[in-house]
Amino acid sequence: MKSNIILSGVGGQGILTIAAVIDIAALLQNLQIKQSEVHGMSQRGGAVQSHVRISDERIYSDLIPMGKADLILSVEPMELLRYIPYLNKKGWIVTDSSTFENIVDYPDKYDLFKQIKTYNNHIVVNAKQEAKKLGNSKVANMILLGAAASFLPLKEDNLIEAIRVFFKGKSQKIAKTNIEAFKVGQALAKDFLEFVF
Amino acid sequence: MKNLVLGNEAVAQGAIDAGISGVYAYPGTPSTEITEYIQRSKIAKELGIHSKWSVNEKTALEAALGMSYCGKRALAVMKHVGLNVASDVLMNMSVSGINGGLVIAVADDPSMHSSQNEQDSRFYGRFARIPILEPANQEEAYTMMHYAFDLSEELQLPVLVRMVTRLSHSRTGIDFRERRSQNGIQLPVNTDRFALVPSNARKQYKKLVRKKKKMLKSSEHSRFNQLRLSDDPSLGIIACGIGVNYVMENISENQEFYSVLKISQYPIPRKKIKEIYDHCDEILLVEEGFPMVEELLKDFFDRDKKVRGKLSGDLPPVGELDPNSVAKAIGIYQERVPEVPEIVMPRPPQLCEGCGHADLFRVIKELTPETGEKKVFGDIGCYALGAITPDHTISTLIDMGASITMAKGAADAGVENAIAVIGDSTFAHSGMTGLLEAVVDESPITVIISDNSAVAMTGAQESLAVGRLKNICLGIGVHPDHVKTIVPLKKNHAENVKILRDEIQYRGVSVILSQRPCIRLSKDLKETIKNKIASLN
Repeated sequence: MKSNIILSGVGGQGILTIAAVIDIAALLQNLQIKQSEVHGMSQRGGAVQSHVRISDERIYSDLIPMGKADLILSVEPMELLRYIPYLNKKGWIVTDSSTFENIVDYPDKYDLFKQIKTYNNHIVVNAKQEAKKLGNSKVANMILLGAAASFLPLKEDNLIEAIRVFFKGKSQKIAKTNIEAFKVGQALAKDFLEFVF
Repeated sequence: MKNLVLGNEAVAQGAIDAGISGVYAYPGTPSTEITEYIQRSKIAKELGIHSKWSVNEKTALEAALGMSYCGKRALAVMKHVGLNVASDVLMNMSVSGINGGLVIAVADDPSMHSSQNEQDSRFYGRFARIPILEPANQEEAYTMMHYAFDLSEELQLPVLVRMVTRLSHSRTGIDFRERRSQNGIQLPVNTDRFALVPSNARKQYKKLVRKKKKMLKSSEHSRFNQLRLSDDPSLGIIACGIGVNYVMENISENQEFYSVLKISQYPIPRKKIKEIYDHCDEILLVEEGFPMVEELLKDFFDRDKKVRGKLSGDLPPVGELDPNSVAKAIGIYQERVPEVPEIVMPRPPQLCEGCGHADLFRVIKELTPETGEKKVFGDIGCYALGAITPDHTISTLIDMGASITMAKGAADAGVENAIAVIGDSTFAHSGMTGLLEAVVDESPITVIISDNSAVAMTGAQESLAVGRLKNICLGIGVHPDHVKTIVPLKKNHAENVKILRDEIQYRGVSVILSQRPCIRLSKDLKETIKNKIASLN
């Protein structure tokens, strides 16, 4: 079993939290993991990505080869499209619908979502809005992770435990809200798939 | 559960477990997390391991040598361009040799994710005639630290551990092993070797040259240099450091068709190279950075068509390696992949919303019609983003501290209104000497120190000049009437423009301290800085 995941977004949007939770869940499941991330200049409002590779065998490259990603999980819809060359033919894309427009020539939203819909295997959720409903806009990440959970080679219990481990240093309430967000994401994805297909 | 660590953190934990007594470093992507990990480590604190930031890479490596002189183990950490700054001590400490184990962990940044060039630090290792270790993965990076300190103490030489961005900034789960204790203080038996007056230096240099034999022997037998010859002689691959991962990614299921030599310890293991060269019809070199080994194997006039790699154009000559470019060089078929949709726009990094540098740039820009274009000399830090749109305020970005000295050179050339923009930490790192020069020469330049109280670009590390900048400038001899402080905020814009205009018009050295803490600093950190400044005044 090998699973390649690209996480994408804009510097400061917190994709590394998603990465860390996936990493921990994989280790809890005794799987091998490699996860590359971006530090330094690009973190300042630029495009950022993380390559996450999970396997039950040895993983060599820290980078995912083009055309080999099983999933692109994006916290920003245009950033999702930047990594399309990595997606394999059967791969899935999961993205937040909320745009982050810090550039002057940001594309037209209608065209953007039209492009996203050209890929059969897609799930779009409004994680940011759902997070606000939960009273903490920061948990949009965990909503997205929940929405993508069924495409990960990780057990639900391990992912939830990983969220607990990751937020260990914070208050119990924070861990609880994040787990709740994860579950909301799962439900949203289910609804989306039933509605679209 | 295994420990989830970055490559950099593996180096740090490896160094702690190898029994270091101190780490010396200046922040720089992609090397920063090595030192930060040790600073955060509870066990390092308990063991009293020194981990405070140094003012620059040269002072860092010198302090590390000082610790080693006393018999204790020390780690020095820097990014590739930092080693340029520390190269003076590096070149001479290989001649003197070391006492307690000394390892220099250098992180190169091929593809220049966060750097101004992509130099290959292995050349520094060769230049200084010291052993180089180049881990292929995080686990090896951890294991190698122990080995590196042993090798350093055995050969009495500093050992260079070369990391690259993708290794430094990639996480994996690894197991840690037992920790050994630190060395006690033991001053060198003979201090002559550390006193490099010519008579001593000549003896020491001879010794250094003679050490090559021992170094080579160690490389030939190193467990990190592995050769596997295949019955199929058609292609032999020599892969250095992280390069081996991209090779194995592509051939792990068909290994019987390829001979592979992995190199992770230098000097280059000659016997092993000869074996694979003689065995195979063709050799492919896969190395991150410059084609160092490839250049040595290919003859001068490029008649040896057997050797392929970056020089032959089989691998891209610039930028980092990746699984796809290596697959192509090996000759593995790859399916076409879809292109990035046209709708996707570039999203370059930019200053954060509300950043003080941005307010400063607006002030400088307003004066451009009066001062003239192309006369703002920039420096290394977040404010370097002022060189690209939308700000487009600074015209140059070369190396740490060059803003002041380049502005001075421009003034010497007869250009009026030369302005230098430099950060607080960059000023402490390499700006002070240039300022002294300008003061002594009475150069008509305006130096703006954009002081955000932190080394912000690399993640808000402590800036050593915090609270001392004004006194430093006065001490260097800038006239007190021309050391001005401004707070870069929209509401102060008109006033700031006036102050800057007056100082630009002054025909001598003026310094403007543009002071506002980085907006990314935590509340606690802001409070700490405030208290520190109060205690200094």
